[in-house]
Amino acid sequence: MIPAQFEYVAPTTLEDALQALADAGDDAKIIAGGQSLLPVLRMRLNAPDVVIDLGRIESLRGVRDDGDAIVVGAMTRHADVLTDPLVRENAFVITKAVEVLADPQVRHRGTFGGALAHADPAGDLGAPALALDAEFVVAGPRGTRTVAAEDFFVDLFTTALEENEILTEVRIPKRAGWGAHYEKFVRVAHQWPIVAVAAAVKVDGGTIREARVGLTNMGSTPLRARAVEQALVGQPATDEAVRAAAASAAEGTDPPSDLNGDADYRRHLATVLTRRAVLAAAGA
Amino acid sequence: MTVTDEATAGAAPEIGKERRRKEDQRLITGRTRWTDNMVLPGMLHLAMVRSPYAHARITSIDTAEAKAMPNVVTVLTGADLADEQGSLPNAWMATPEQVAPPHPSVAVDTVAFAGEVVAVVVARSAAEARDAADLVDVDYEELPAVLDLKRADAGDVLAHPDLGTNLSAHYVYDSVDDSTGGSVEEAIAEARESGILLEREYRQQRLIPAFMEPRSICVDPTGEQLVVHTSTQVPHFVRVFIALVLGIPESKVRVIAPDVGGGFGGKLQFTPEEVLTVIAARHTGKPCKYTETRSESLMAAHHGRDQWQKLTLAAGKDGTVTGLKVELLANMGAYLGLVTSYIPMLGARMYNGIYKFPAYRFECRNLFTNTTWTDAYRGAGRPEATFAIERIMDELAAEVGVDPLEIRKRNWITHEEFPFDTVAGLTYDSGNYEAATDKATALFGYEELRAEQQRRRDAKDPVQLGIGVSTFTEMCGLAPSRWLGEQGYVGGGWEHAVVRMLPTGKVEVLIGTSPHGQGHETAFSQIVADRLGVPFEDVEVLHGDTQVSARGLDTYGSRSLSVGGMAVLAAADKVVDKAKTLAAHLMEASTEDLQFEAGRFTVRGTEKGMGLGEIAFEVFHGHNVPEHLESTLDADATHDPDDFSYPHGTHLCALEVDTETGGIKLRKYVSVDDVGTIVNPLIVSGQLHGGIVQGLAQALWEEAVHDESGTLVSASFVDYLVPTAADTISFENEHTVTPATTNQLGVKGVGEAGTIASTPAVVNAVVDALRPFGVNDVRMPCTPERVYKAIHARDGAGTGGAPTVGAAGPHFDQSDTADRSAGADSTDRPGDDNGSSL
Repeated sequence: MIPAQFEYVAPTTLEDALQALADAGDDAKIIAGGQSLLPVLRMRLNAPDVVIDLGRIESLRGVRDDGDAIVVGAMTRHADVLTDPLVRENAFVITKAVEVLADPQVRHRGTFGGALAHADPAGDLGAPALALDAEFVVAGPRGTRTVAAEDFFVDLFTTALEENEILTEVRIPKRAGWGAHYEKFVRVAHQWPIVAVAAAVKVDGGTIREARVGLTNMGSTPLRARAVEQALVGQPATDEAVRAAAASAAEGTDPPSDLNGDADYRRHLATVLTRRAVLAAAGA
Repeated sequence: MTVTDEATAGAAPEIGKERRRKEDQRLITGRTRWTDNMVLPGMLHLAMVRSPYAHARITSIDTAEAKAMPNVVTVLTGADLADEQGSLPNAWMATPEQVAPPHPSVAVDTVAFAGEVVAVVVARSAAEARDAADLVDVDYEELPAVLDLKRADAGDVLAHPDLGTNLSAHYVYDSVDDSTGGSVEEAIAEARESGILLEREYRQQRLIPAFMEPRSICVDPTGEQLVVHTSTQVPHFVRVFIALVLGIPESKVRVIAPDVGGGFGGKLQFTPEEVLTVIAARHTGKPCKYTETRSESLMAAHHGRDQWQKLTLAAGKDGTVTGLKVELLANMGAYLGLVTSYIPMLGARMYNGIYKFPAYRFECRNLFTNTTWTDAYRGAGRPEATFAIERIMDELAAEVGVDPLEIRKRNWITHEEFPFDTVAGLTYDSGNYEAATDKATALFGYEELRAEQQRRRDAKDPVQLGIGVSTFTEMCGLAPSRWLGEQGYVGGGWEHAVVRMLPTGKVEVLIGTSPHGQGHETAFSQIVADRLGVPFEDVEVLHGDTQVSARGLDTYGSRSLSVGGMAVLAAADKVVDKAKTLAAHLMEASTEDLQFEAGRFTVRGTEKGMGLGEIAFEVFHGHNVPEHLESTLDADATHDPDDFSYPHGTHLCALEVDTETGGIKLRKYVSVDDVGTIVNPLIVSGQLHGGIVQGLAQALWEEAVHDESGTLVSASFVDYLVPTAADTISFENEHTVTPATTNQLGVKGVGEAGTIASTPAVVNAVVDALRPFGVNDVRMPCTPERVYKAIHARDGAGTGGAPTVGAAGPHFDQSDTADRSAGADSTDRPGDDNGSSL
């Protein structure tokens, strides 16, 4: 398939990228790894005048230690996030999600920031980022601002990013020693999740002290299962206790109905997958 | 000048060797040239404008803006081409009374499915053609569309109002009429009184062949012959039809199928895109190329399956079958393609499977809808038949209360009974179902898995185990030609081959079959190497170009080896015969005193001998060839088999069902196939692996779904779930070998066996796992949602699931149209084909 014609810009600095974005007005799209944008362009579902490629901006790549948080550059490829020791140690649920994100080809092209900025509610990274209270660092013509994960995801494919802004990095508070699991339910391996659950728990002497649970594809944005989180605190990491807490996983969700299942089925799946995710995270 | 070197002399026979495929080096290194790689001087590119509506009148087409775009050469519409495009052929009428609308390559005044071509843009680059296609302005007046098969049968909305009906043909086969068996109605009446009567309705969902290489056509009109490169399974058909449909002398047409990336029946077609590319090349006088996008391929290349199958099985109380009645609704889609209309009938002789039914009746209603037309897809008619009979035999086992294998043993043809005349009018030549089943159950650890299943049932394990059985047979290699003629087919069933001895002793084999992934170059080299006693490497197999291998009927229906291979064999034998006469002359011996072994003629009781290569060189210079002989060793042969071949086998599948999610995990898959003599075990293994996965895909994953307005929802691989290696397990494939008696090598087809066998094995396993929950069917594909809802249909936990009654369902003859399969619930998406059952 052949996309409609567009102008292609590949700046080497963030400043030049912001300038290119400002110059292009409202008919520009940013390309990171291109794993979502290219199919859209090729099927002519979108036809921007300008495509700005962030691939040559070295400063947007890599993971670094920043005291009480780790910082993942927006252009870091999934494959690099997957093997990064800082991520594994401090944000293990991200590692677990990236492990099952799409397929090896996609993981070697797609980027951490690109996937999050794309804001597909069925994307694998939103729920873990939300569960870990990640902060999104955004650069724009008036400088840099930070958006909490809670505020970043606005709607289906819609984020708090303004048209003239670029996501540069994601700060994730360190949670060393937490157990984590990403339970993804698919029919075929390369599919977007029908439902997935990201769970991170701090377990001490068999008791759950803290819990974070994020839901993938249970609404128009990634969601936090706060009722489950609260119900888990102070509970033993047993099947029975976790099952009871997970029963409320679908509360307040608005999942889609499609060829893979209707909304009610997804609500049911959310409770089962939440239980499994939490138990696996707790090592139970 | 001996070129038949010692390499093979006295070596083990090639037939049976695990030869790696000759063709793979160029294929997997990307060194070959596919049709889309063709670049010709001055070549133009086509883009199609396709209808977004399933049924509409075209009120106007404005091409001015598109024509004004840079580098656009022309834009052609149906109005422009109405007089020259002809009608695409249907080569196999279901009945002599069959009705069908004309089948234009580009719609003239109405469109009958979403995806139908309404205009063709020709430009200097593919990108410019695509851009201009977006600017062709078509006005439509939407018409009522009929999408659902049962709705089409009701006939209140017509796919083609001018036709006055949606019914294209009503085909009936009855064992009484054919004197092959008794009356089904009598058997049913008796079973209703004093035996077992099972009535079931199964859904064969619509599938998309989804071959790896999208279709591509490149036409060069600049030479004396029109040269058509096309990604097809059937270059010889394409040549004939270009001549017949467009009125171009056949002698002026050369068709080349270069390496072709898969077909699965999806490229057994003469396509609108082929016609339109030829027309564009003739209009412009320049080479023209069209390559479809994957979305176009999924939407507009023909689909497969799409049937409702009603089965009525009569049996005695002990489960001895007494009759089978099959009533089909088959979705033709909007038009009849090459064999669209006869696909269901290719199953008509197979619903009885391997069982001894004394009475049989098959009826099929071919119906038009406003959807992409259907046609051949791997197995074509036989997978549908095998699925239905293997599913209902499991139901019979459940009804009688015995193991599914036991019910089969009570009813199958035993090995002493071959050759066996079936109730469907075929003669199964050979087979041994007991041997295949014994081997499969041993390999599978059948008893142990049954014990585990019981343990899980007793423990109410959330993960239940299901075991599925499929003891299938099928018919391969459509033939003989005489029989095909009697069935209304316009083509034949023969195959042709040429064997040429080159002066240096190398061998060229020209085949009329047209491989697109099967490995003919390797398998046929093995046959010829054995026959001529030349090294495997010295045999070159040429195919796919009508100017090289001029005669042939191409590749489909698992025919290439059992039909084409015999032509190769016969041609090679003729070469040996010719060489023998010459050898006798050259060595001054009598032919009776010659023996031929390992590529060499020797004179008994002497030291004298000549290699085939030496004789080839003698023929080349011709100095010593006697006057009454032609100076050539080359020979051709046309083989028309006496009958089909009947591969069979036993496939066993174990899978785990997660009752909490409905998710399915494959645990073990064993197949023991009897495909007769095996020429190349590696190729057979590849065919079985791929075939089994394709059958699994129907059982678990794939479905073409249209929405209410007729738009294909599963129009990309995001929604049309083709599995990858990550989704399957390793299969254990073994064989029994009962050589076919209908051909000289004893081979049977293998191209479709895996696909035919595996679908019912998997669904039987799913249903087997769920029987304790009162489930007796799950609609394909068995999605986790459908499985979950089937499990919970009775306890109310399933959301909106309908109870899976059916075992005690009302009789079909009480105008019952209820859909009792799980998955046919009210939560199905719009367009999911359950129509009038709601």
